[in-house]
Amino acid sequence: MSEIEKIIPIEVLRYRPEQDTEPVLQTFQVPFTDDMSVLQGLQYIKDYLDGSLSFRWSCRMAICGSCGMMVNGIPSLSCKTFLRDYYPVGLRIEALAHFPIERDLVIVMDDFIEKLESIKPYIIPKKPRTLIEGEYLQTPTERDAYEQFSSCINCMLCYAACPQYGLNSKFIGPGIMALLHRYNIDSRDGGKAQRMEMVNAEDGVFDCTAVGYCSKVCPKHVDPGNAVNLNKMESAKDYFLRFVMPKGTGK
Amino acid sequence: MRAVAPNRRRPYVRSMVGWWRKNPYFVEYMIHEGSAFFVAAYALILMVGLLRLTQGEAAWNGWLTALRSPLSIAGHLILLVAMLYHAWTWFTIMPITLPPIFVAGKRLSATAITAGGLAATLLTSVLLLLLVWRLGT
Ligand code: SF4
Ligand code: FES
Repeated sequence: MSEIEKIIPIEVLRYRPEQDTEPVLQTFQVPFTDDMSVLQGLQYIKDYLDGSLSFRWSCRMAICGSCGMMVNGIPSLSCKTFLRDYYPVGLRIEALAHFPIERDLVIVMDDFIEKLESIKPYIIPKKPRTLIEGEYLQTPTERDAYEQFSSCINCMLCYAACPQYGLNSKFIGPGIMALLHRYNIDSRDGGKAQRMEMVNAEDGVFDCTAVGYCSKVCPKHVDPGNAVNLNKMESAKDYFLRFVMPKGTGK
Repeated sequence: MRAVAPNRRRPYVRSMVGWWRKNPYFVEYMIHEGSAFFVAAYALILMVGLLRLTQGEAAWNGWLTALRSPLSIAGHLILLVAMLYHAWTWFTIMPITLPPIFVAGKRLSATAITAGGLAATLLTSVLLLLLVWRLGT
């Protein structure tokens, strides 16, 4: 702790379903040091000011993707955002936008998890190999092709940045598309045809209007907007190829 | 006392009303999407010109005179600004829509793609202008 302790006002959007009919703002005066993250500010509130405050976190180093929230309206990882940048004015913290609020800063993420499962986020081999045949090999170039998209930490900041998802939560959305793409372009994978059904669906990639904010807020430089837009092209190819390819192969 | 504890879950869904006013990024998005109306307006002006051309020389000349009116020139200046802004934002978003491009083994940066697009627009505009100029004189 520094010698002169600084105090910053933190406004938190509270929602306690058993007592609030709708979310309400509550302000806390939090002493802080320059090395404290927004997450640490919330932990201070929970430990010393109001133990009922709920929020998710785990790694506190931008790896687990649990601590996403709106900081002054911008989707952010609270462990990667620092209180000193908001001093002396203060800041407002709300639950991630576009998701239902379960309690305080905790959102309902069932929709995201269901979508994640639906895209089969694992390698589906082109043809099964026996142990004798050895492992699936990959060159560094083949690995580089999907590396960026494999950096996703499922933090959902891109969903909080996507107005199309906010307006219609059936839209598959940026982060899931990035993961789908990550497996589709993996040289060891053969599951593309199955996953293209998700891409081509009514609420697949074409709900995207290229707002592009998803890629701006992504803390891992995944560029999920790029994955969505590349798959618009893939989807169009998929559609036209079925006319020229013999039955069964162009799916 | 009830035998089963009541389910206290009551997820709150926030309204999307006025969503585009909540973030400067979205405000800009709405403005650049809105600038597409100016592009459509210009296409309409050209279509009318084409229509007048099919209606004979007098109609065509009438259209040309209308274009030279001060009101039309002022309108064209506004259209030009809107078109330039539209082009600028179009190329800014372009890197997000393209597959990775490799030049000499290195991935082309977003800035390079945007700059390339703008340069190509500038070049074709100048070439077109020169061509029309020569045809006109
Ligand atoms: S793509 Fe980026 S912003 Fe979206 S969930 Fe993954 S890491 Fe988070
Ligand atoms: S706590 Fe894990 S990403 Fe912030």
